[in-house]
Amino acid sequence: MADIAFLLLIFFLVTTTMDMDKGIPMILPERGGEVKINPKNIAKVLINASGDVLFDGEVVLDQELKELLRTRIKERGLDADLKPKLIVSIKTDRETEYDRYITILDIVKDAGATKISIAEPDKD
Amino acid sequence: MFQKKTRAESGIPTASLPDIIFLLLFFFMVTTVIKKTQGIPLVTPAAVQTKKIESKRHLAYIWADEKGTITVEDKLVSTSHLGQISKIIRERLDEDNRLIVSLKIDKRANMGLVTDIQEQLRDAYAIRINYATRFKGGGG
Repeated sequence: MADIAFLLLIFFLVTTTMDMDKGIPMILPERGGEVKINPKNIAKVLINASGDVLFDGEVVLDQELKELLRTRIKERGLDADLKPKLIVSIKTDRETEYDRYITILDIVKDAGATKISIAEPDKD
Repeated sequence: MFQKKTRAESGIPTASLPDIIFLLLFFFMVTTVIKKTQGIPLVTPAAVQTKKIESKRHLAYIWADEKGTITVEDKLVSTSHLGQISKIIRERLDEDNRLIVSLKIDKRANMGLVTDIQEQLRDAYAIRINYATRFKGGGG
């Protein structure tokens, strides 16, 4: 009896999953205090309303974006905290789908970028 | 006559104690209901870089769906009074300065709405946020 009970107990302990909160952490830019950054250290990623991605002004595919960012991060090297110097600025249109934005943010993070800035969409 | 004193057995029989304990255990296991968070129905986007949030204690929730329904900490906020967001979040931030705001936004929502919410958060100095996502398996 006790053995069966323990087996059941252990079974439920193992199979029960707690609903954990998951997501992509992000730090929003603080109000005011604009910092001057060497333009060479900025990579601009623009996502337009139809979901196309522009990397430094050129249309790229998702997979290409990852490779381009990887090489760019390597090129710019690391800073004193051993973090990539490159800052990726993501800009969207107000009509861009949120899902698309997360997909691109995911790719940027996957490419190894740690400094990501979100630019405000232009007011229309 | 006096020598034959009947000795009543004192003490509780403990042989069935484990059974009683297990019955209690099963009873509580079956009757316990884990509280489910309720909210507006939405589908969060999937991402490979999904990470677990370490502490639930320092979380504030903002939900938004594609139609522009926004709830902040379970309170409904209308799109014409977005200033409410920063007000509620600032109150929470005053209580807890390690606050992280979890944004549960439907994947079909547009960035205009997301930006408006983020601007409100910046107004409230709540700069640590988290986009709620589902984990996307595989390399994709």
